[in-house]
Amino acid sequence: MTSTSPSTTGTAAPVVEAVGVHKSFGSLEVLRGIDMQVAEGEVVCIIGPSGSGKSTFLRCINHLERINAGLLSVHGQLVGHRLVGEKLYELKDKDICTRRAEIGMVFQQFNLFPHMTVLQNIIEAPVGVKGENKKVVTARAMELLGRVGLADKRNAYPRHLSGGQQQRVAIARALAMQPRLMLFDEPTSALDPEMVGEVLAVMKDLAREGMTMVVVTHEMGFAREVADRVVFMDEGRIAEQGTPHELMSNPTHPRTRAFLDSVL
Amino acid sequence: MTTRAPAHPVGVGGQTLKVVRLKHPGRWIASAVALVLAAMLVNTLITNKNFQWDVVAKYFTSKSVLSGLGRTLELTALAMLIGIVLGVVLALMRLSGSPVLKSIAGLYVWVFRGTPLLVQLILLYNISALYPKLSLGIPFGPEFVSGNVNTIITPYVVALAALALNEAAFMSEIIRGGILSVEPGQVEAAQALGMRRNRITRRVVLPQAMRFIIPPTGNQVISMLKATSLVSVIALPELLYSTQVIYTRTYQTIPLLIVATLWYLIVTSVLMVGQGFLERRYSRGSRSSGATIQGPTMLRRLTGLNWRSARTAVADPPPLTPEGRSR
Repeated sequence: MTSTSPSTTGTAAPVVEAVGVHKSFGSLEVLRGIDMQVAEGEVVCIIGPSGSGKSTFLRCINHLERINAGLLSVHGQLVGHRLVGEKLYELKDKDICTRRAEIGMVFQQFNLFPHMTVLQNIIEAPVGVKGENKKVVTARAMELLGRVGLADKRNAYPRHLSGGQQQRVAIARALAMQPRLMLFDEPTSALDPEMVGEVLAVMKDLAREGMTMVVVTHEMGFAREVADRVVFMDEGRIAEQGTPHELMSNPTHPRTRAFLDSVL
Repeated sequence: MTTRAPAHPVGVGGQTLKVVRLKHPGRWIASAVALVLAAMLVNTLITNKNFQWDVVAKYFTSKSVLSGLGRTLELTALAMLIGIVLGVVLALMRLSGSPVLKSIAGLYVWVFRGTPLLVQLILLYNISALYPKLSLGIPFGPEFVSGNVNTIITPYVVALAALALNEAAFMSEIIRGGILSVEPGQVEAAQALGMRRNRITRRVVLPQAMRFIIPPTGNQVISMLKATSLVSVIALPELLYSTQVIYTRTYQTIPLLIVATLWYLIVTSVLMVGQGFLERRYSRGSRSSGATIQGPTMLRRLTGLNWRSARTAVADPPPLTPEGRSR
C-alpha cells in the first residue's frame, strides 16, 4: 500500500480528510469543492437545506458514490483509489469492501434485511465478511442488542418492529462490524416523532463512548447537545462551520441564519 | 355499541331494531342460470354415450399413454431447468454494465418473445435445410458439437431446445423484474457493511427477489407443461401425440383426448399445490406474507370456489409486469 493522505496535519492523522471534493450527477453539480477534516473521536453534525449535498458527501466517504474530483481519505487511505506515483488506480471490489467494513453506516430508511431476523441481520456481515466465529459474533450481537434495549427482539423480523426499533437494530448491525467511524444519514428523518428520542439516545451513548461520528441530521437539539462541531452546507459547499454554540447562536453567513430561522 | 355488522343492533331507547339485509336479485338469477347450465353439463357428461367413458378408463393408464405422460413431464422439467439457467444468464447480461451484453440479451428476448413457439419449433425442426452439414457451432449445448445434422438433432433435441430457448426469454424477464424489485437501499446497506458483490446477490438480493420470481415461475411451469403438447407436430410421442397415435388407429378421438385432458389437469393441479407451498416458503419476513399464509385452501386455489363470502376472498399475488418495478 502506497496510499498516502493528501496532506499532513499537525497532530494525529484525521479520520476523514476531504480536499476539494467534487461530485456531479450528469450535469448537476452536487458537491462543489468540500474541504473537511474529522478528528479521532470527534462528532461532526452536517446540517443544511435539502439538496445541499450533505447526504451525497456522507455517501462519498464510504464510496457509495464515486467522487469526480478532489481527494478523500479515511484513516489515511484514499477512498476508492490507490495512489501510485502520480496516478490514481481504481480499487477492486474486494479492496473497496475491506475499507467499507471499517466504516459503519446508518440509513434514513433503516434498510434492514427483511428476510432475516434481527440477530441474523446483525451477524450476517461479521461472519460473512470478516469471517469471524459465529458464536463470538452472536455473543457480541446480543450485547449490542442489550445496549440498544432490544435483547428480547433477537428473533423478530424487521417488519414486526417499530421504526425506532428498526433503526436501533440498524445501529447495532453497523456496530457489530466494530467500525472506527460511524456515518449517520438522517437517521431520525423517517421516524414518527415519539420514536426520535430513543434513537438519539443510542447515538448520544455512542458519542459519549468516544466513537468518531459524522451525522447528517435535522435534529438541531441533538447537534447542539452532542456535536463537537456543526457544519452548515449549502449548494454543494461548506458555507460555515464551528462549535454548536458559535454556529447556532451567532451565525455569520446569511444562508445559515435563514436556514436556522426556518428550522428552529 | 361498535360491533361490526350487527345483526340486531340496539336502537334508540333500548329498542331492538331489525336489520333488513340488502337483496341481490340479479346475483340470484345469474346463479340459478349458471346452476342449470352446470346441471346440463353434468347430465351430458353422464348420458352422452359418445364420451365412451369405458374407453377413457381403458386407455387412462395404458402403457403408451403413461410413457407419453412421462415424456411430457421429462420435457417440462428439462426445458424449465435449461430455461431458468439460461434466463439467469440473460437477466444478468441485461443488468450488467456492458452495452454489448445488454443489447445481445435484449435482442434474444425480443426475437424469442416476438415469435410464436410453434414457429420456432418447426423452424428448428427444419434446421437441416439451413445447415445440412452441421457446422452449427456450439451456441447452446454440447450435443451440437460435431456429426451429421439429422442424426444429432433428433425430434427430441429439437423439442427440448425449442421449448428451453423460448422459456429462457420469458424467465430472463421474470428474473430481471424480480431483481429490480429489490429496493436499492438493500444493496447499499449490504455494501456499507463491506459485503462483496457475489455475496450481496446471493444473500440479500436473490432471497428477496425470489418472492417476485416464484409465483410467475410457477405459472411458467404450468404453461410449459401445456406447451409441450405443441411438439406433437414434430411427431414426438409426448402425452398428446401418444393419444393421437391411438385414436388415428381406433377412431376413438374424443375419449382419448379426454384421457390427455384429464392427465394435464391432474399434473397442473399437483403443480399448483407445489407453487402454493413455495410461495409461502419465500414470503418469510415480507409485509404481505400474512395474505399468503392465510391463503385459500387447495380446493379453492384450484377451482376458485369460495362458499363463505365473496368479501373474504384472498387477493391474488400482486401483478408483476415483466419489467418489474423500475428504480
